[in-house]
Amino acid sequence: MNTRDTPSAAAEIRQAIVDITPAMVAAAPIGLLYGALATAEGMSVVDVLLTSALVFAGGAQLAAVQIWSYPVPIAALLVSTLLINARYILMSASLAPKVAHLPLLGRILGFHVLADENWAMSERRAGGGRISAPYFFGMGAVFWVNWMSFSFLGALTGPLIGDPTRFGADFAFTAMFIALTAGFAKSRTSVMVIVAAALAAAGTHLTVGAPWHVLAGALTGITVAAILDGGEAAR
Amino acid sequence: MSDQTATLLAILGMAAVTFGCRISGLLLGPRFRPTGRLRAAFDAIPPAVLTAVIAPTVLVTGWPETLAAAATIVAAFRAPMLATIVTGVVAVVALRHGLG
Repeated sequence: MNTRDTPSAAAEIRQAIVDITPAMVAAAPIGLLYGALATAEGMSVVDVLLTSALVFAGGAQLAAVQIWSYPVPIAALLVSTLLINARYILMSASLAPKVAHLPLLGRILGFHVLADENWAMSERRAGGGRISAPYFFGMGAVFWVNWMSFSFLGALTGPLIGDPTRFGADFAFTAMFIALTAGFAKSRTSVMVIVAAALAAAGTHLTVGAPWHVLAGALTGITVAAILDGGEAAR
Repeated sequence: MSDQTATLLAILGMAAVTFGCRISGLLLGPRFRPTGRLRAAFDAIPPAVLTAVIAPTVLVTGWPETLAAAATIVAAFRAPMLATIVTGVVAVVALRHGLG
């Protein structure tokens, strides 16, 4: 048996868990919040579990809770989900060639659980060499179980705790998005994109309402980037 | 349509939309490489979308949220993600108590 440079599967999974742990800790209160807010809006515990398992996207799930009402506004929910999760198209396109050596069924499952955090970690891992199956799938599985567990816990305990906004739990989501956005604010162009997107989204939210602020803000920011790029020297 | 059916349809629809976005890269293949202005537009998608989602909370919800967001932005450029989130949550609770 030859094990020379190839680390064992267990070592790869262990490394994946180490790498994703900070993101799991940050996602925990957001999962609790999601479960609590969703049940407060009238969703059952089973609905919450089904959503966390199949949608598995904190931002889109919380946005859905914000616009949830009865009768259920299915079209608005789908538009909002598409707008918020369209970024996965780009993340998916970027990571796909780096995992092309992994089995297809595994890739389909692995991409189903692709979130901002494990995507970023997988990109980093792939940048340093060939990403292994145990690392990529192990990280996705652990992150998925983490999100399922905390949204389940939130759905169970939410009604007992009462309004989670009392603890500022609703703001954990905003704060995490600020942290993620700050990671992209690396150039003058990106700062302009963020300012333009923020103003357009806030203005649209005041005048038109949710979820259209997501589309208005995103398109404004993207347009600003395309315009400003012409002003900078060609890369 | 009952609320139960509509809820299930909404969940499955959201799941299908999200799965479609996530899987698209596997279908697109490695030939997709935007350049120039298109590349700049694509690069801008993550910050533009993230910002657009939270902008109403940050700018037009109330002073506690706006001030807490300002504190969070300051923390985001200096602290790890977890500390940034704690800063925001503690700030918003204090400000809602103080200003509310």
